[in-house]
Amino acid sequence: MKQHIEGSQAVAHAVALCRPEVMACYPISPQTHIVETLSRKVKAGEVGNCQFLNVESEFGALSVLIGASAMGARTYTATTSQGLLFMAEAVYNAAGLGLPIVMTIANRAVGAPINIWNDHSDSMSMRDAGWLQLFAEDNQEAVDLHIQAFRLAEELSCPVMVCMDGYILTHAYEVVDLPTQEQVDAYLPVFEPVQVLDPQDPVSIGAMVGPEAFAEVRYLAHNKHLRALEEIPRLSQAFQDIFQRSSGGLLKTYHTDEAETILLALGSVNGTIKDAVDDLREEGWPVGSIALRAYRPFPSHALRHVVKGAKRIIVIEKDLAVGKGGIVSSDVKMALQGVPIIVDTVIAGLGGRSIPKASVIDTVKQACLEGLEEPHFLDLNWDAINRELTRQQAQRRSGPTPENILREIGAPGASPI
Amino acid sequence: MIQIRIHGRGGQGVVTAAELLALAAFRDGKEAQAFPSFGSERTGAPVTAFCRIDSQPIRSREPVYHPDVLLIQDSTLLHQVDVFAGLAQSALVLINSTRHVDALHLTDFVTQHPGVQMYSFPASDLAMKHLGRPFANIGMVAGYAVLTGEVSKASVNQAITEKFPGKIGELNVTVAAEVYDYVAANLAKV
Repeated sequence: MKQHIEGSQAVAHAVALCRPEVMACYPISPQTHIVETLSRKVKAGEVGNCQFLNVESEFGALSVLIGASAMGARTYTATTSQGLLFMAEAVYNAAGLGLPIVMTIANRAVGAPINIWNDHSDSMSMRDAGWLQLFAEDNQEAVDLHIQAFRLAEELSCPVMVCMDGYILTHAYEVVDLPTQEQVDAYLPVFEPVQVLDPQDPVSIGAMVGPEAFAEVRYLAHNKHLRALEEIPRLSQAFQDIFQRSSGGLLKTYHTDEAETILLALGSVNGTIKDAVDDLREEGWPVGSIALRAYRPFPSHALRHVVKGAKRIIVIEKDLAVGKGGIVSSDVKMALQGVPIIVDTVIAGLGGRSIPKASVIDTVKQACLEGLEEPHFLDLNWDAINRELTRQQAQRRSGPTPENILREIGAPGASPI
Repeated sequence: MIQIRIHGRGGQGVVTAAELLALAAFRDGKEAQAFPSFGSERTGAPVTAFCRIDSQPIRSREPVYHPDVLLIQDSTLLHQVDVFAGLAQSALVLINSTRHVDALHLTDFVTQHPGVQMYSFPASDLAMKHLGRPFANIGMVAGYAVLTGEVSKASVNQAITEKFPGKIGELNVTVAAEVYDYVAANLAKV
């Protein structure tokens, strides 16, 4: 049924319909509304025989789920930012052990400087941990991807992160078609683990593996992701058959046929990008856009297929590989090796900075007319940066950079420089 | 598309006002989106919330830079925050204040922006009467509904009772009813 609902509430509703058996959560903004709602649903008896554990930390949360998943339970948690970093060791373990845990990432910047707002630095830090990473464009898709994530995780025995933009999606109220229990039950079979700790049939999970076999085990983790490249579209189609709407898949295109310039991004900014594409096309610019749904595995083949004929890809990404530039654009360049196409990197939306449609349009025009420096930083305050760089050169004890920049821009409460 | 920006302070129900507007529009059969400006909210700090209403699905995720409607829940923000930034030429501005627009030192602004319709009315006082608390958010939503007809009164009332089930919802619907009457009877274009 269509409802006007907050993103977090909608996701909690969807997760509850997936009948997880163990949830272990530690609250952190902007994920809090999801886990608060789920804890209330469990207490009200709306999630079957689910156990909700209030744990002491994010590390505890995922460690509990590793144990529960190994016992054959369907498991779920959610986190963001420093919370994800705090569970980092368990993140690698969950994937290395092949445990099909589903985790929402309410994407948020990583400090320092401390910042609670949205970007993709957190999930990017775990991109090579072995989890599948799916990105939602809007709250309908956040709901749908969670349902697909449980099935995907359990079919492959591989954990899945469903990434949704913190605040921009988690705190937005919009229309979402909430699925019914019958639909979810029809889509998501009972969890049949490929490995289970059972006292009646003892096995050990978590063996030490030396140089003689480690690479083989790692290859099999990689192979799982290669299989995911086929499973993701298949399960997206199976979803459409039951729910009567298209959701998920490896990527979604918008006016890419005949497009000379294609914008590519992850997550909610694709909405603004589509509006920008419409405006640009109205002015006669042959542009289109690609929203990557799957970031891990990276859909290299699908990407090569849809950019055929384009001259330029502009990757707009909410992250920064300090010392290099783009993270997503590096993946794109690697995927398009040998394809005669320019790949531009635009770093945007860091720490919650808005990405205005007007800036996207200006950047596309600039890229097509003059080219872009690599990487290009969207809407950066160069005056403040240059003044701070000058100060740093002029005096050894120039002081803490974040505080200096706050003074430079005249932030409320900051003393004058 | 109608783009609405709401200014107030933390604790005044600014975000709730945006949600109520969007929910009411949805009940009217429209597409609607509401979201806050994502500050680290503290009581008393300036807060902004946004609402978009359209007949088409809404894709944009940018803040509302060019509002068609500006709802100002706290008139002390008028000369502290650039509340009029990016205002559309024919925008509607609704201010919660016991004072007339002239007394709010906005006459110059109104003269320079002839397309803008600006009204003030005592939303806090009307809420105080029924709730015993000066929440202006219901008043701003109800005032917008009755002045423009862009969202129906019935849907605003329904949104209020959905958001606040029980006694609190009923009291807030009473506030809305009083605002409908007050605005219809008293507000004239400045």
